[in-house]
Amino acid sequence: MTDADLSASDTPERRRAAWMAAAQGGDRLAYERVLGDSLSLIRAAARRQGVSVDQLDDVVQETLLTVHKVRHTYDPSRSYDAWLSAIAGRRAIDALRSHGRRGRRELHDEHAYDTVAELDDATAATERDQEARRLREAIASLPPGQREAVEQLGLKEHSLAEAAAQTGRQTGALKVNLHRAMKALRARFHGDP
Amino acid sequence: MVESRLPESLIHSLGAQLTPVRRLPPPWLRTAGWLLAVAVIATGLLLHYGTEHMLRRWAEEPDIALAGMGAVVTAVCAAWAAFALGVPGRSPNWAWLPLPGLLLWVGASGLGCLRDLVAPIAPVASAHQAGDCLVFIISFSVPLSLLLIALLRRACSLRPVRTAVMIGLASAAASSALLEICHGFAVAATDLLMHALAVGIVVAANAAMGGRLLQPSLR
Repeated sequence: MTDADLSASDTPERRRAAWMAAAQGGDRLAYERVLGDSLSLIRAAARRQGVSVDQLDDVVQETLLTVHKVRHTYDPSRSYDAWLSAIAGRRAIDALRSHGRRGRRELHDEHAYDTVAELDDATAATERDQEARRLREAIASLPPGQREAVEQLGLKEHSLAEAAAQTGRQTGALKVNLHRAMKALRARFHGDP
Repeated sequence: MVESRLPESLIHSLGAQLTPVRRLPPPWLRTAGWLLAVAVIATGLLLHYGTEHMLRRWAEEPDIALAGMGAVVTAVCAAWAAFALGVPGRSPNWAWLPLPGLLLWVGASGLGCLRDLVAPIAPVASAHQAGDCLVFIISFSVPLSLLLIALLRRACSLRPVRTAVMIGLASAAASSALLEICHGFAVAATDLLMHALAVGIVVAANAAMGGRLLQPSLR
């Protein structure tokens, strides 16, 4: 697809729909454009669900990953914005639920509050956020099998059996993928081979 | 408000992983595919039991024919609704689509039941025979539900429980319609209760498992 295919009179929504249709056919440029153009829509959908500003990036990230997995479900004859907003809304609800669960676990851990001296240190918090973001991006850039292993075993803390049941992969393959993923992440962050 | 830094590197890496995809066929086409499987089962039952008994029963008790038609309409609409709900961005109101067929199905069955209380025409099922209806509906609903779940796993159901209820309703309604081909009894209260129980079990089982089975792409 070229820019010539999209006339200047096209609305932004029609432009995004055309880009996504081209992306379904494998057009990388159109895909990166439509994802870049979708960020404000994702943030708007997340805010409508009541997601706080500090969680917006998580929702954006999760939504982009979901869009990548389910891009075949988009029907170019229908609204791209409605399709994307529905996914973003769902991911926003997931983030709120997960945040609520984490909050309940952490609120009563007074010892942690006492021992973490830099809790209110904005600089340290920003650095932690940046590190977390770098890690999320590094995980997202892993090959699908390795990323799946890290998500299931590392982030969601599923057992091997649960992860195998959910992904349909052998436990051995999951272990190998996790090992390779950890090696790749170590190499990326510490320069280890 | 200042927007945070754009996740360009994620977009870039997703772009690097991009491969062409085969689009999901429209809901009506996928519904037609599932109905084809139901039609194959119906053809097998018709070849085995013949049509004579079924047509004679319909002529004697037209409300049974109406109830059967209601079950067919419910099955078609519920399956269509399940496929529509499996696509992000489609209205949640699709879940209401099977309601008219369901009302026809339940209403005509209830009327037939009342009429048979007053002036019975066909023999009434014993508790044991009514139990056979329960087994029939559940036995046919299991493979039909599994087929629908398999067809829907490639989609992305953002409302998995609602979609699963539609799957249960479609399978149970289709199985009840298939039962009409070989059902030899009038719609007595025990039999109707057993049919309702079977439909309830199928719908509840789907709703209970739906969330886990229908969202592989969201995990």
